[in-house]
Amino acid sequence: MKDKVPRQPMPEQPPVERVRNFREVPRGYSDETARLEASRCLQCKRPTCVDGCPVRVDIPGFIKAIRDGDFLASIHVIKMTNSLPAVCGRVCPQEEQCEKLCVLTKKGESVAIGKLERFAADYEREREQLEIRAASERKEGRVAIIGSGPAGLTAAGELAKMGYRVTVFEAFHSAGGVLVYGIPEFRLPKAIVQYEIEALEKLGVEIVLNRVVGSAGTVNDLLSEGFDAVFIGTGAGLPLFLEIPGENLQGVYSANEYLTRANLMKAYKFPEYDTPIARGDSIAVVGGGNVAMDSARMALRLGSKKVHLIYRRSRAEMPARVEEVHHAEEEGVIFQLLTNPVRFIGDEKGRLKAVECVRMELGEPDDSGRRRPVVVKGSEFTIDIDVAIVAIGNGPNPLIPRTTPGLALNKWGNIVAHEESMKTSRKGVFAGGDIVTGAATVILAMGAGRKAAMAIDTYLQTGEW
Amino acid sequence: MSAVVDTDSAVNGPCGRRGFDTLAAIALWRGRPFITGCSVHLIRLNEKISPNVGKMIVDAPDVARYRRPGQFIMLRIDEYGERIPLTIADVDTAQGTITLYYQIVGKTTEHMARMKAGEQLKDIAGPLGHPTEIRNFGTAVCVGGGIGVAPIYPIAAALHREGNRVIGVIGARTKDLLILEREMGEVSERLVVCTDDGSHGRRAFVTEALGEIMAAEKVDIVVAIGPVPMMRAVSELTSPSAIKTLVSLNSVMVDGTGMCGGCRAIVDGKPVFVCVDGPEFDGHQVNFDELMTRLNTYRDEEAVSMREHRCRLGEVGHEG
Repeated sequence: MKDKVPRQPMPEQPPVERVRNFREVPRGYSDETARLEASRCLQCKRPTCVDGCPVRVDIPGFIKAIRDGDFLASIHVIKMTNSLPAVCGRVCPQEEQCEKLCVLTKKGESVAIGKLERFAADYEREREQLEIRAASERKEGRVAIIGSGPAGLTAAGELAKMGYRVTVFEAFHSAGGVLVYGIPEFRLPKAIVQYEIEALEKLGVEIVLNRVVGSAGTVNDLLSEGFDAVFIGTGAGLPLFLEIPGENLQGVYSANEYLTRANLMKAYKFPEYDTPIARGDSIAVVGGGNVAMDSARMALRLGSKKVHLIYRRSRAEMPARVEEVHHAEEEGVIFQLLTNPVRFIGDEKGRLKAVECVRMELGEPDDSGRRRPVVVKGSEFTIDIDVAIVAIGNGPNPLIPRTTPGLALNKWGNIVAHEESMKTSRKGVFAGGDIVTGAATVILAMGAGRKAAMAIDTYLQTGEW
Repeated sequence: MSAVVDTDSAVNGPCGRRGFDTLAAIALWRGRPFITGCSVHLIRLNEKISPNVGKMIVDAPDVARYRRPGQFIMLRIDEYGERIPLTIADVDTAQGTITLYYQIVGKTTEHMARMKAGEQLKDIAGPLGHPTEIRNFGTAVCVGGGIGVAPIYPIAAALHREGNRVIGVIGARTKDLLILEREMGEVSERLVVCTDDGSHGRRAFVTEALGEIMAAEKVDIVVAIGPVPMMRAVSELTSPSAIKTLVSLNSVMVDGTGMCGGCRAIVDGKPVFVCVDGPEFDGHQVNFDELMTRLNTYRDEEAVSMREHRCRLGEVGHEG
């Protein structure tokens, strides 16, 4: 009577409490709850859930181990194909991937695959049971990985496990890419990222910080100075702006800047830490994705009394995860849906004081298949704000494409890479993650990193391109 | 590889990062090291060259190797530090050092001014930004105002080496604040020195001197670096005669690699990022009003940070 057990919720910090701290919101499963949730899995002979996972984790396998109480065995199953389970268990959109394809979804609620993954990873970490499975043999060949985000770390981990010598170049002073500068502490504790990175270092991966490849040496330099293959995983690091009047007023941020100040530079501890951040009473976040939710929730924690989230379509079209929208709403974010900003208004000193918006309605579907928002005439109104955060996406960073002759780009400036092998137009150069796809998810980037590692292995073994 | 590692750690000196030595050893063994140095940024020299400007020479071999005039670095003094952009004034590739000049204006630069040779900076990333286009233009007037003389000097030197006739114009509020006069003199065919109060050189603004030079001879390019009002005035002066004018923008930056967008400016009516599209731009196209506004973003916070810093140093009371 397995289906009698309901999907087990994960305990969370209550909203009134959590908006005053930076600690993680969901607290994790207990051993008992995890086993109970694991018992819901039907152990399908042909598990459809695995098809939904970009790195093809053996989902029934690891859940069975949890059910049987062998928690360490369960994490070892996950780690065969996923090098960052503690991260994925927290930030993957499981409801769009594995859990969507779970057989139980048709009957009611899917197995909480993501929460179980998190449980297994946390179990190993909290008990310091990490087992380093170093490569049994060394393989000839050195690989340079540019960027230490999810794509780069995954590729690095896979290649190190195969026995290659791997060096990761990171532009920032801290490794992790979007996992450290972008995703806030309350959604992904930085200690977890640090732990995963240390695990990679124990595998023999070398991490060089503060190294901006493309500016301090190029991809060509890497290839001519001892590296046999290069993987580019530099992310979508160039924020887009609305290009409306007043966007350069003081107090208007890109989400990248706002979150980097708060997360990586620890501006929430200013002046203990030197990096400042504008703390407004009333804030507007523009956008409807996960980054917009992160920004809005960060603003609440930085002490803002009112946080408006302005999104031009309706809730149904929001790209953010349902869970994140739900968390934001619980914490008091004010949703201004079907609303679009038309200009920012400043005072005489150039400081932001308001945003003028218009209401929208949904018209015919556009290229993306979503109904196109159209302006409702005469619907102008203003919201008084002192900080605005623009979270409408990122374009590709130009530093590598600009300095790598012969690297094919698409019309948006993203690197063109083969879907399976992640090969670019340059021999020995592979690319994956947001620099190829445009802004996407952590797990898709990891999937690309994994595919690239396989292809790099083949290339280094055969020499064939 | 362990034998090689041991030899190499002796060659490269102190280096904190795990595993570095292996890599450096491999790289050296292959002859041309991509990873030339280590991540320890030892300060070799730190001195005040004016009441509000410091000069620092610090180990940064990777930066020294790749840097060209006009480029900058991002640095962080310690674990609590902010990331600040500074122009690379000079490099010594043999020593693996870079030279920085910094105006003591905020918490970070105040802290830097107190550091001593033998101490270390936590992080240096670079070189960043497009290098200056260096070619033989003919007659080049290099205008530096205040701390702007520091970044103008390497450009003047490079233009001089490339065969340009360099005329230097440097200015400051008063004699004590004037920097690099001798160095600028060495790379300029003629150097005009101006102070606002007439305490040294001419009592004039740099624009006045530039105007006279333009009236007297044909100028092919003007490079101007200094306070925003100065760069604006220079650009307005050269605009009617369409003399190519480069200005180097200083703006709010977090990463320096295009990621944050904090350094956005309007040039030719279009948004640009100073870090990856600049830092040099056509002065006739820059929207200086927007630039001024953005530079004032953290004025209040900077005051707080400075006050806290001085409190910790016991210089002022908490009420002070």
